[in-house]
Amino acid sequence: MTALDVRDATGLPPRTTAARRGRRAADRLAIGGVALLLGFFILLPLVSIGFEALRAGWPPVVATFSDPNARAAIGLTVLATAVTVVANGAFGVLAGWTLTKYRFPGKSLLLAIIDLPLMISPVVAGLALLLCFGTRSPLGGWFTAHGIQIAFTPIGIILATVFVTFPYAARETIAFMGEHERDLEEDALGLGATLWQTFARVTFPRARWAILNGLLLCNARALGEFGAVSVISGHIQGLTDTVPLQIDFLYNEDNLVGAFTLAGALALVVIALTFVRSIFDARRQPD
Amino acid sequence: MIPGRGLALGMTMTVVAIVVVVPLTALVLSLNGITPAAFVATAFSPEALAAYRLSFGAAIVASVIDVIAGAAIAVVLVRYPGGAMRVLDTLVDVPFALPPAVTGITLATLYGPHGWVGAWLAERGIAIAYTPAGIVLALAFVGLPFVVRTVQPVIATLPAEFALAAASLGAGPLTILRRITWPLVAPAFLTGFALALARTLGEYGSVIFIAGNMPGKTEIVPLIIITRLEQYDFSGAAAVALVSLAVSFLMLFAINVLQRRMLEARSTA
Repeated sequence: MTALDVRDATGLPPRTTAARRGRRAADRLAIGGVALLLGFFILLPLVSIGFEALRAGWPPVVATFSDPNARAAIGLTVLATAVTVVANGAFGVLAGWTLTKYRFPGKSLLLAIIDLPLMISPVVAGLALLLCFGTRSPLGGWFTAHGIQIAFTPIGIILATVFVTFPYAARETIAFMGEHERDLEEDALGLGATLWQTFARVTFPRARWAILNGLLLCNARALGEFGAVSVISGHIQGLTDTVPLQIDFLYNEDNLVGAFTLAGALALVVIALTFVRSIFDARRQPD
Repeated sequence: MIPGRGLALGMTMTVVAIVVVVPLTALVLSLNGITPAAFVATAFSPEALAAYRLSFGAAIVASVIDVIAGAAIAVVLVRYPGGAMRVLDTLVDVPFALPPAVTGITLATLYGPHGWVGAWLAERGIAIAYTPAGIVLALAFVGLPFVVRTVQPVIATLPAEFALAAASLGAGPLTILRRITWPLVAPAFLTGFALALARTLGEYGSVIFIAGNMPGKTEIVPLIIITRLEQYDFSGAAAVALVSLAVSFLMLFAINVLQRRMLEARSTA
């Protein structure tokens, strides 16, 4: 099939010189319109972050980063993101293997449950975790009796981040592994490879770009998670505040420079991750 | 046959149960002690009803805006690939990557009474921040990439044969657009709409700063849940959460059914 040239709805080349000239003008109008739309709607807000952060020059930016509460928030965000990426990455590989290499009843139901966190409001997710692991609940009570508190501690924040970003890595690996036949794995097993060797030498090397892509996606969302974490954190400055919660705190304290400094740093990191992901996306194609 | 099915399935289901199923079950079970009448009273209080209307209404309006703008953006990105257009293409991904709180404070400041855009609008008597328009704006920002990234590949791979055949039989451009191109791209538009809606229905961080948060006027559903939690009204918070979950699922399910009908109609046509 030849791809349709979308120059107009018909995909047919213009017949007359006048039509061709009219189309060139329309081209310019279309590109200009979309550039204006994206520039105003998306680029302008991005630029304004940098402007607001540097409104008073560099000293307040340095001061923001040397504040102990901000440093604690950065530490907690890095910890929660690292644990989340490792946990959800491991689950993504497991789910990718399970859902594409085997046949079993209820597969589409399992897929739908894995995807559920994407459809649930982060605040509702936080509420569910609080009701599940709060000290008033049976499960939370059991943990408290054993000296572990989950709500209003970094453990709760990690759980919330894991929940919200749970499907990202799994979706990537399931989609990628699903595109490939199981023949290679079956051949490897037939030639005497163990199950682990088959996974490590056949499945994993081919899926590694998809896995990495899923991890980067998960990483970006984990860094910025706000709604669920906000419910379960309890907002204890220096202890259970992540960077997004610290941004919220500074903004409400009318410390706009501080809020936008942290916001700008976070934005730079996630945009860098997006760029890396687009490079990997290009690498993934030749497989 | 690949061995290890039992082990792999067991491990996957255990993780899914612990991470997703147990907390959501706790959410449902938390309504255990509450009578049906009390549930209705708290889940459908006037304040909650106003919030449902606002949250769901704004999400639908924003997703419709995203479909219209996203279609135009996708067509232009497909039609003029490469070069400087790659910058525009990357810009589309920004709202998806940007943390909700960052989006929230940025839009609230930019469109607020002292922001670059807000101050200009305020001189002309228009307010966006702290009104429902601000909520729609933030949601449209967040939902845009979902529409563009769904529609773009479909437009890029539209087969030319049908359009050429129709043209050779004497069909004009409008007829071809209506009878050939639209049926081919419509399901992708619906998917993009559904994805944008799924994301915007429960959105919190990017909206809360620009929303205004006036009870009954600009208070969104997630804020009601948080306010009730802060008052230790756990069952009230859970009731609102469950109603909003149910409505989201129903809406997305309806779109799914509609889409299946569309695809069936196309294959039988």
